[in-house]
Amino acid sequence: MDTALSAVDAPAAAFALEHVSKRYGAVRALQDVSFAVAPGSTAALIGSSGSGKSTVLRLLLGLDWPDEGEVKTEGCALERSQVLALRQRVGYVIQEGGLFPHLTVLGNLALLPRHLGWSAERIRQRAEELADLAHLPHNVLERYPAELSGGQRQRVALMRGLMLNPDALLLDEPLGALDPIVRHELQDELKLIFDQLGKTVIVVTHDLAEAAWFAERLILLREGRVVQDGRLDDLRDRPVDAFVSRFVEAQRRLPEPSA
Amino acid sequence: MKRLLLMALWLLPSMQLCAAPVRIGSKQFTESVILAEIARLNARDTGVQVQHQRELGGTSILWSALKHGDIDVYSEYTGTLTHELLKDVAPDADIATLRAKLKPLGIGLTDSLGFNDTYAVGMREDRATQLGITRISDLATHPELRFGFSNEFMDREDGWPGVRQRYGLPQTQVRGLDHSLSYRAVASRAVDAIDLYSTDAEIAYYHLRVLDDDRRYFPRYEAVFLYRLELEQNQPAFIAALRKLTGRIDEASMRQMNAEAKLKGIKETEVAARFLGVQSDGDDASLGSRLLKRTIEHVKLVILSLGLAVVLAIPLGILAARRKRLGQIVIGLTGILQTVPSLAMFVFMIPLFGIGTWPAIVALFLYSLLPIVRNTYTGLVGIPHDLLESAAALGLPSSVRLRRVELPMAMRSILAGIKTAAVINVGTATLAALIGAGGYGQPILTGIRLDNIGLILEGAVPAALLALIVQGVFEGVERWLTPYGLRIEARQ
Repeated sequence: MDTALSAVDAPAAAFALEHVSKRYGAVRALQDVSFAVAPGSTAALIGSSGSGKSTVLRLLLGLDWPDEGEVKTEGCALERSQVLALRQRVGYVIQEGGLFPHLTVLGNLALLPRHLGWSAERIRQRAEELADLAHLPHNVLERYPAELSGGQRQRVALMRGLMLNPDALLLDEPLGALDPIVRHELQDELKLIFDQLGKTVIVVTHDLAEAAWFAERLILLREGRVVQDGRLDDLRDRPVDAFVSRFVEAQRRLPEPSA
Repeated sequence: MKRLLLMALWLLPSMQLCAAPVRIGSKQFTESVILAEIARLNARDTGVQVQHQRELGGTSILWSALKHGDIDVYSEYTGTLTHELLKDVAPDADIATLRAKLKPLGIGLTDSLGFNDTYAVGMREDRATQLGITRISDLATHPELRFGFSNEFMDREDGWPGVRQRYGLPQTQVRGLDHSLSYRAVASRAVDAIDLYSTDAEIAYYHLRVLDDDRRYFPRYEAVFLYRLELEQNQPAFIAALRKLTGRIDEASMRQMNAEAKLKGIKETEVAARFLGVQSDGDDASLGSRLLKRTIEHVKLVILSLGLAVVLAIPLGILAARRKRLGQIVIGLTGILQTVPSLAMFVFMIPLFGIGTWPAIVALFLYSLLPIVRNTYTGLVGIPHDLLESAAALGLPSSVRLRRVELPMAMRSILAGIKTAAVINVGTATLAALIGAGGYGQPILTGIRLDNIGLILEGAVPAALLALIVQGVFEGVERWLTPYGLRIEARQ
């Protein structure tokens, strides 16, 4: 818990939750959750489904608001008037990509920049740069989402998140819908891209191996509470309770990542 | 924008007033149409601008159109005035009394045209002989008889309810029929007795016995013209010509003219011209030019009503999708509009907007709302939640999300709603002829009245073809406007 508290104190935390609680009807999605992520660092939110991981991302983007506590970005409390500006500075990638089926890949990538007044030329240039980064051929830009494979769609979703060269990326189970081989490939590529771009990254996943592959810092959630916040070693060797051990045990049956 | 539309709605009828031809209305039966044609041709030769708005409907429609100034003249019967239209009038009031009663309403009345077209009850000659019935009071001893009465006769105080009471009639099998169908019903023995007008041409044709009104129940129905009093100042020549017609048409000539129009299929204009001994200017227009005129009228009704509906219904659908509770109310209200029978919808327009094209457009517009509102709503709420959230998370303001993401994704559903509304409108617009808006319904109405299948088909076939064309055009538009990405997605 020490790391978490010192991170909250750091003035320039890119994202922070302070004593945040959120309910949906009778369901307590988050209870008194606090953590902070320093700029340029990568953190993974892990936990079983229903543990509140996705809710955290939704609160960070102002897609929803906490019942109690405060959401802070770059040290300032998030306000409703700023959410559009905030979202434009943060790339958000969800499971299965969330691409709009009526638009081509380029159309999907162009949505926000066009609204902000970019020229068509500039948009295409940026899209081609990102296609190179995501290892996609340029002719993919003219295709529609329905004409792409699952892995390609996920790469396009990442490209869309990166169009404006945002300060941060939030990824919600970005590889959840992919078959194991494609998933493994994309894990490698994403890791490279994160290292290359040096952005603040928060990844949500239920897969401990994947989380540990992306991030040194792991934040384990259970039923809306932070159970443990630390490195893989901490969770494995110094679990705070039996649940953490069980969560790590359950994952250990999977092949070890070749870290 | 809204204000402009209202102003346009307001100005259109009043602009017609500026040109100020005298507008003669007719009810939806042959005698009324012939009398209107007689009045028109008679005034034409005095140089007055006259137009005839044919077959606008029943008494209540013509009466309210006259009071509201949507028409200037129509032919009426004194019995209808005493029993239906005026209050506190003795049933046997004379014309001078009626004239005094009408004056405060701004309505004038000519003297009798010369014939009495009263109600009567008729049966097949052979059936009446078999049962030994010659008088209405004889009906009282035959409770098993089936009656088919025109809808107006069923409801009027001086119709069936009064006859039944006066004669103590026990019959329970009494059905409402269209008057032009009731002759065929009695001829084919589907009913035993029907109501007649004493100048009906079919009495002799179908070998009917007119039962004696032995208790003198039916009042006199002297034919007269009702007109708006302001014509006496504005169109004195017209009124002078109209008055010259009084006393000139006796019962025999009226029955003769009805027979020519109804049984021999001679056009009412021609019949009227022969009676007056003047040149007919009848609509000798070719089938092609008649069709063209009606097509223009019909398409105008459909396009304008649909256009207005799209402009209002899509925003309502968006609102409904954004605010769920308000949405239920909006969809509920437009749904209620849809349950109003279409005939009633057109008739409701008369007290509000009068008769003619615009009231018909308003009625069709109200009918078009539901399919478009509902499909816009369904299309929008059917968009997967994760895509909506993706669009929000990009940082696009909600207006841009609506334009670039939500409406395109709902486009297919919205277009389907517009297509449904358009096809329904093509069919429903045939009823617009009932309130004087013309279109393909005009020959259908006349055809039903004259029992002329050819005339009915002249309206029904183009209406059906137009519906198919509209359907085809919209399918093309749908293909053209539905984003390619959605089409290939749907195929998978």
